[in-house]
Amino acid sequence: MTTSIHLPPHRLSEAARRLRDDVRSFLDGELAAGTFVPRCDAWMSVADPAFSRRLGARGWIGMTLPSAYGGHDRSPLERFVVTEELLAAGAPVAAHWIADRQMAPSILRHGSPSQRERYLPAIARGECYFAIGMSEPDAGSDLASVRTRARQVDGGWEITGTKVWTTGAHFAHAIVVLARTDGSPADRHAGLSQFIVDLPAPGVEIRPIRTIDGEHHFNEVIFDAAVVAEDSLLGERGAGWRQVTAELAHERSGPERYMSTVPLLRVWAEHVRQQGDASAERELGGLTARAWTLRQMSLSVAAALAEERPPEIAAALVKDLGSRFEADVVETVRRLAGIEPRKNGSGLEGLLAEAFLHSPAFTLRGGSNEILRSVVARGLGVR
Amino acid sequence: MNDDLRTEIRAAVTAILDRRGEDRTGRAWKELSEGGFHLIGVPEEAGGSGGGLGELAVVVDVAAFQAVPVPVAETAFLAGWLLARAGLSVPAGMTVASLDEARGHRQDGVLRLSGRLRVPWARHAGHIVTMARCAEENLVAVIPGDAGAELVTAENLAGEPRDLLVLDGVAAAASAAAPPGLDATALLRRGALARSVQLAAAARAVLVSARRHVTEREQFGRPLARFQAVQQHLAALAAQVTAMQVSAQAAVAAVEHEDADAAVAVAAAKATTSAGARQVAAIGHQLHGALGYSSEHHLGAVTTRLWAWREEFGNESHWHDHLATALHDRAWWPLLTGDAR
Ligand SMILES: Cc1cc2nc3c(=O)[nH]c(=O)nc-3n(C[C@H](O)[C@H](O)[C@H](O)COP(=O)(O)OP(=O)(O)OC[C@H]3O[C@@H](n4cnc5c(N)ncnc54)[C@H](O)[C@@H]3O)c2cc1C
Repeated sequence: MTTSIHLPPHRLSEAARRLRDDVRSFLDGELAAGTFVPRCDAWMSVADPAFSRRLGARGWIGMTLPSAYGGHDRSPLERFVVTEELLAAGAPVAAHWIADRQMAPSILRHGSPSQRERYLPAIARGECYFAIGMSEPDAGSDLASVRTRARQVDGGWEITGTKVWTTGAHFAHAIVVLARTDGSPADRHAGLSQFIVDLPAPGVEIRPIRTIDGEHHFNEVIFDAAVVAEDSLLGERGAGWRQVTAELAHERSGPERYMSTVPLLRVWAEHVRQQGDASAERELGGLTARAWTLRQMSLSVAAALAEERPPEIAAALVKDLGSRFEADVVETVRRLAGIEPRKNGSGLEGLLAEAFLHSPAFTLRGGSNEILRSVVARGLGVR
Repeated sequence: MNDDLRTEIRAAVTAILDRRGEDRTGRAWKELSEGGFHLIGVPEEAGGSGGGLGELAVVVDVAAFQAVPVPVAETAFLAGWLLARAGLSVPAGMTVASLDEARGHRQDGVLRLSGRLRVPWARHAGHIVTMARCAEENLVAVIPGDAGAELVTAENLAGEPRDLLVLDGVAAAASAAAPPGLDATALLRRGALARSVQLAAAARAVLVSARRHVTEREQFGRPLARFQAVQQHLAALAAQVTAMQVSAQAAVAAVEHEDADAAVAVAAAKATTSAGARQVAAIGHQLHGALGYSSEHHLGAVTTRLWAWREEFGNESHWHDHLATALHDRAWWPLLTGDAR
């Protein structure tokens, strides 16, 4: 395999730059109207369906989908620009985030014509939200060991099993479930399939799991012989592992993997400017250099996705660096800002508290950093 | 410029530098200069070999990757650039640049230069280019290597020549007015860009060597690469190396396209490559064991360069401060994305 990772830099087009101006103007307007306050990690935890619909109306969700499915035929790099602007602003985008990021491309690629009709235009309007049902109590990093089973029955599939840590299942309109249709857990990657299950549904129970901040971000989703229609199967029976791997390339590669605490960093940068403390300035400069480089890397990964060069290894590597950066931002601000974090506080105090309470998640969700490093090691041919 | 040309240059320079044997450095320099590779990126009108910054970066990258002590960064990246910017031509032979500005005065129409100048490679150079301040004028001037200046030799951590030239009214062989914007800061930035490319290339060399070593070396009856702790080290190394490469390449592209925010790009790239050097050298040495600490092994030539180059033309603290200063009148996010707003 390769001995180093090829990740050429990408230069954004003029069109992408103009698009950025449009998004900034929109966000300035929203901020001025007080429709949201910038929050850390808002892409995972601050859902505002009305905001999502306004983005949909602007054509900023499902951007890369073909217009035949309500999309806008834009390039992944234009989507990158919109995405990074929303993240930098700490905008409330959690409602549609998963649907836009990974389910739209996945359904476009693997979905049946009726699934595409059913979900894609609604996703692009900012009206259809998804949850990801991969993890289970006994299947975390070792995702291939999932035990949820789907059995073909009269007129559909019967699903039994438990999913955990399911972000946003309590407001999602559908969940994509990884389940075993064939063989046994010993067969590992073979025999897995994906299903789209509309929510709420009979036989599917959604229970909140509170996180350490006391908030309700994720859930336990229990399938008790839930029967779903024949055409809930997404893609090919038995190809679930391959499909999930492609989906993870989208899940892991975006700028949200280094930008979760950027809203905090922006406010702190302003604070430092006003204080004029030389040691804080130097560290701000250090975080800025890292952010600059991570952004260039993230942009390169987006370009690789756009050119259909599978960026699995590069994405894992950028997420490894990016998620550590997110936590380093929090630590640096804590050490230097001279303020105490305040839960639900305003300004820096509140952002710091929020970022802190979310920080353990940065290096776990979407695949832990140890697992990402093993993906990189495999890419280097030593595993 | 096009990728094919860069691939060709990479292959040609690699072929020259790859050849081992007696007087590897002297022969490599001779072949590089005969092929004009030491002046790529310098316009032909100025006596250079033509080509753009992207092509020049390839030459500098290959030389740094191989850790062959040839002053391609000093000749083309710095001296050739200074001369071309001032409308002067590059003299034949090895011409290197001074990192400091000289003081000048005119005597009977002759420009005479004084001062203590740090000049990498001065002991080998046929000519030295320096910026000079003469009354109210900013000049670029050329001094012959044998003009009678006192030479104090010194080496950096990697043993590369980092000489001091003490001038006491030495006559310039040529001079011209420096164009607006060509000043000490611009020279520092130019050098920082060159070192960023070199640091990234040296880091890549560590990764290549480490990867090879852990697959070949066996302990406990299996290759080191079979151990998860080793794999995790290697992956962390790869991440750092990739970050350094992307930042250096993106900075080269920004300068090449004369982006409004090219200065931010260079600052971020030199900060990233300098800061990354520590982890790259540390993991590299850890994975190679005692063998990598031996001067017989190639690793030390690369890691000592990482430690030397990160300090030159501003280490990460310098560039962190620079970015912080840029933030005095720019908002953080627009600075990062390179937009005016
Ligand atoms: C905020 C948040 C939101 C999430 N949202 C979702 C969601 O919407 N849908 C979903 O399906 N999942 C979700 N997850 C789950 C997430 O994907 C898992 O947490 C992750 O894959 C790790 O699995 P685990 O938590 O079971 O940890 P484990 O796999 O038990 O790992 C525990 C520790 O052991 C390490 N480890 C495990 N195996 C190895 C190995 N082979 N080598 C070295 N180290 C190893 C891990 O790196 C980790 O540090 C979410 C998680 C979080 C924190």
